[in-house]
Amino acid sequence: MRKKNVEGSGNPRKKLLGQPKQGRLAKQDRLDRKYSWKRVRGRKAWSRVKIALATCVAAVFAFLFLMPIVLTISNSFMSGAEISANYGSVFATSDSGGRVYVAEKVNLKFIPDMVSFGQYSTVLLKSPEYLLKFWNSVILVGPIVVFQLLVASLASFGFTRYRGRLREIIFFTYIILMLMPYQVTLVPNYLVSDWLNILDTNWAIWLPGIFSPFAVFLLTKFMRRIPTSTIEAAQIDGAGEWQIYRRICMPLCRGALCSAAILVFIDYWNMVEQPLILMQDEEMHPLSVFLSKINEGEIGLAFAVATIYMVPTLLVFLYGEEYLVDGITSQGGIKG
Amino acid sequence: MVKKRDKGSTQVEKKEKKQGSLIHRFQHKKITNHKKITNRKKMTKMKRKIKLVSGIYIAPSFLGVLAFFLLPFIVIIYYSFVDNPISGNFVSFDNFVRLVNNLSFKTAVANTLGFSVVAVPLAVVLSLLLAIMLDSRIPFKSQFRTFFLSPLMVPVASIVLIWRVMFDYNGAVNDVLVGLGGAKIDWLKSSYSQVVIVILFLWKNLGYNMILFMAALSSIPRDVIEVAKLESASPLQTFFYIKTRYLSSTFLFVTIMSLISSFKVFREVYLLTGNYPYDTIYMLQHYMNNAFKNLDYQRLSAAAILMSLVMILIIGTLFIVEDRFGKDVEG
Repeated sequence: MRKKNVEGSGNPRKKLLGQPKQGRLAKQDRLDRKYSWKRVRGRKAWSRVKIALATCVAAVFAFLFLMPIVLTISNSFMSGAEISANYGSVFATSDSGGRVYVAEKVNLKFIPDMVSFGQYSTVLLKSPEYLLKFWNSVILVGPIVVFQLLVASLASFGFTRYRGRLREIIFFTYIILMLMPYQVTLVPNYLVSDWLNILDTNWAIWLPGIFSPFAVFLLTKFMRRIPTSTIEAAQIDGAGEWQIYRRICMPLCRGALCSAAILVFIDYWNMVEQPLILMQDEEMHPLSVFLSKINEGEIGLAFAVATIYMVPTLLVFLYGEEYLVDGITSQGGIKG
Repeated sequence: MVKKRDKGSTQVEKKEKKQGSLIHRFQHKKITNHKKITNRKKMTKMKRKIKLVSGIYIAPSFLGVLAFFLLPFIVIIYYSFVDNPISGNFVSFDNFVRLVNNLSFKTAVANTLGFSVVAVPLAVVLSLLLAIMLDSRIPFKSQFRTFFLSPLMVPVASIVLIWRVMFDYNGAVNDVLVGLGGAKIDWLKSSYSQVVIVILFLWKNLGYNMILFMAALSSIPRDVIEVAKLESASPLQTFFYIKTRYLSSTFLFVTIMSLISSFKVFREVYLLTGNYPYDTIYMLQHYMNNAFKNLDYQRLSAAAILMSLVMILIIGTLFIVEDRFGKDVEG
């Protein structure tokens, strides 16, 4: 593109000069051309430098972004002694601190001196409480993802099929609810759970999660993109509403369902506030809350547990990154 | 009024609108006018049936939302106007006055606002820069994208762990600082704590915003940019005069989302520093959380109402602005 550009600017001169060039004019012409080539070459080199520069900056950012993850995973393979030698001073203030080797400062180490699976064996074999908490997380998050999608896909079908004044208002309310910070929505959640006597049970987390408006919003945005002609064609062929929903909208929205599932999963897998407030019983807390508490005593274990905890999200990332990106992009421009 | 009606028009018309040529626009106007009249006069049997049946599909979700969010919210409004839930004496705005005069509430509001004012523009600008960088012809694009998105998958607790390792008084960052000949900074227990939280926030949210910007950048029609290049516009000119026009709605959306996630940063701060952190990072949510602990319903509900009013205000303004600006580029 750029090359053309330069030639374009050279052209009028050529035309002006017209036919045969001699003497000084010819020389001028030659110089002109040479100059323009140089400019082209210079620009090319410059753009190459720019790209290299951009790559470097991106690489630096990528390093900063990846470091915590890499650090977590690699440190989970260190033995307990090595961990406390490296990080002792940071966490020595906690009551179970005062270990044998307490270094004055932190050693950030990416590669363990000796790969050990000690942490993992402790987490997986010796103390079943971690696995129990992991199971708690699964129990809490699984139903939320499944049923939120079910409820949301039905609702978004309703929002797509007919768009009246009232429905637009309801949809707008959903958007506002979706955007509210947890601290605001938690207050109503707490009250209702209290009235229904489901405080301290899994239901207190499940029910608000299932009816959370986020998936409705996302799926409606996708579903409204299905051409009306498709639906009308089905209607003419004699399909009822349920069949349109089941046979046409659901298959067409499979990608959207995946995106929504991934986003909902990531959101709830990391929940901290809801269990803290809605469940007093620590036995039932998911690993995400529990993890933040073991930080203090056994950091080595914390790294291993965090790594195990990351596995599901890692898998989601590996297999569903496209869906994830789709899900995020389709949120752009809130209005349906 | 007329505008509102347009929104209710069916998808076919929307599509026509999207094609965008002048003739189409005129036609579109005509069609809607026509539709309006017929709509008002009679709603066909078929349509009424669709309306009814599809309403049933919304019902489970709406009932749930009603039960868990909307109705209790009305109760909260009631709570915010009485002296306590049991006796229920009406005290008008006393709770709000008490709240606004509360010192810790004031600090919390100031801190939250201060944080948002710094963090949100940074998040928007930096993620836009990252998106532009990935939009140019650099190698390993998809890998970089994955890397930038990766913070989404890290559990909050291990983020906190790493952050403590980095920013503790004896942590890695101070180590580097000393190595460079600086003095140690007590990151988490001084006014620098806000810097730490901003970094955490950026780390967590840049990738998400970047994806949004990348999608918007790639949806700009190529020919427009090529024409600009042929007309020998400099890259900066193409960016400011063309791309920003197309990006405007994404800009707003990213701003809203960042603003909202800036309210959500509490989770990390709480895990990093507990219920009563250093003064400059005592956020509004800490205040709410502590009110929760004491089960002070009046304070809690008044704060929740104030907060949601502010949110509605913010979201509403951004919607209106988007309506104004988004129109002329809507392709």
